[in-house]
Amino acid sequence: MKITQGQFSFLPDLSDAQITGQIQYALQNNWAVNVEYTDDPHPRNTYWEMWGMPMFDLRDPAGIMMEIKECRATYPNHYIRVTAFDSSRGWETPRMSFLVNRPAEEPGFRLVRQEHGGRHINYTLHSYATDKPEGRRYGL
Amino acid sequence: MDDPSEQIPDTTPVDLNKVYQESNIQSILDQLEQELVGLAPVKSRIREIAALLLVDKLREQVQLSAQSPSLHMCFTGNPGTGKTTVAMRMAEILHGLGYVRQGHVVAVTRDDLVGQYIGHTAPKTREVLKKAMGGVLFIDEAYYLYKPENERDYGAEAIEILLQVMENHRDDLVVILAGYKDRMDKFFQSNPGMSSRIAHHIDFPDYTAEELLQIAKLMMAKLNYRFSPKAEHAFADYIVKRMQMPNFANGRSIRNALDRCRLRQANRLFVGHSKSLTRQDLMTIEAEDILASRVFSQQSE
Repeated sequence: MKITQGQFSFLPDLSDAQITGQIQYALQNNWAVNVEYTDDPHPRNTYWEMWGMPMFDLRDPAGIMMEIKECRATYPNHYIRVTAFDSSRGWETPRMSFLVNRPAEEPGFRLVRQEHGGRHINYTLHSYATDKPEGRRYGL
Repeated sequence: MDDPSEQIPDTTPVDLNKVYQESNIQSILDQLEQELVGLAPVKSRIREIAALLLVDKLREQVQLSAQSPSLHMCFTGNPGTGKTTVAMRMAEILHGLGYVRQGHVVAVTRDDLVGQYIGHTAPKTREVLKKAMGGVLFIDEAYYLYKPENERDYGAEAIEILLQVMENHRDDLVVILAGYKDRMDKFFQSNPGMSSRIAHHIDFPDYTAEELLQIAKLMMAKLNYRFSPKAEHAFADYIVKRMQMPNFANGRSIRNALDRCRLRQANRLFVGHSKSLTRQDLMTIEAEDILASRVFSQQSE
């Protein structure tokens, strides 16, 4: 099951040239770009690990591509995303966020039903990947 | 069959003139000629690099691929010979030729690359390198990176990372090292890897007295000042005398001398304020503004 999180996630995975183009756009807008990774694919997981520091004052995507490639080499079976943060007043929020790497195999989610008092049922998602401990979830 | 070179016969004509006119090389070189006095070896090397990049573009058109040339450079020369100025200009030139994508200059010294404690240097150096990508990284007084008297110095780590990126990201950034000749030579002796990765070692010659006068005039024109005929004569004398004094720093000494002339001119106008002034007066440096310099008084002692 292909996870769809962030921009472009319903499209085929971006090529490196396309990623470079997107990052160039972010840099043109003076957004700080950073690289994050995780192996917990839950859509509400907001705590991704940072790959190094956010990169400020860059002019060219080459530096960020270098970091992405290194992150991919270290975590080939993690989700890696690129986030562009807009610090200008009124925004102060990520303006772009898209996946640049995903595990070869994505087991997907199980729907969990919890029965409550009466005939009430709570629904929640459970990722099969998170059954294993962190770091060993995608065959690594 | 798949080899693309087979589709293009060796006799295919190429239009050098067209590519030449499309790139704005001539205007860049003209500008260089106008704004930089002297520096013949520097200009000729820039012309060679421009020609190479142009020919590479042509070769690409007829599918003769070649690895992009390594353009890392080392500028050596005495103080004030224009190393920094040329480095700033170099980014514009390489950008104009389409060799670097953004054409900005990141000027750093040892402090910006080397950290203060273990594990601080690598991220710091990498951050600077990332900022410089797509442009030119200018490392002033690069020999300070390597301190042989302290083997635990973190400078060596910065050099190592620098070398790695210079090799692997040749298309992404151009590194220019600058420094005084003797110290740079010593630096390269102890870092042979660095020396061999730098394709262009350019030595900046000292300026002659005539060139310095020309530089002075250019500087004055930029600041909207001019010499009176007598003052120009006096300044030519000043240059000759100043060149023999210690701590002479070529262009920089001239700039400082001009700044002091402007001070004296302002003072002269201020003291004689009863006289009505014209625009002309505000623009003109007189001989007395120059002759008041201590260079002349010391000579007479």
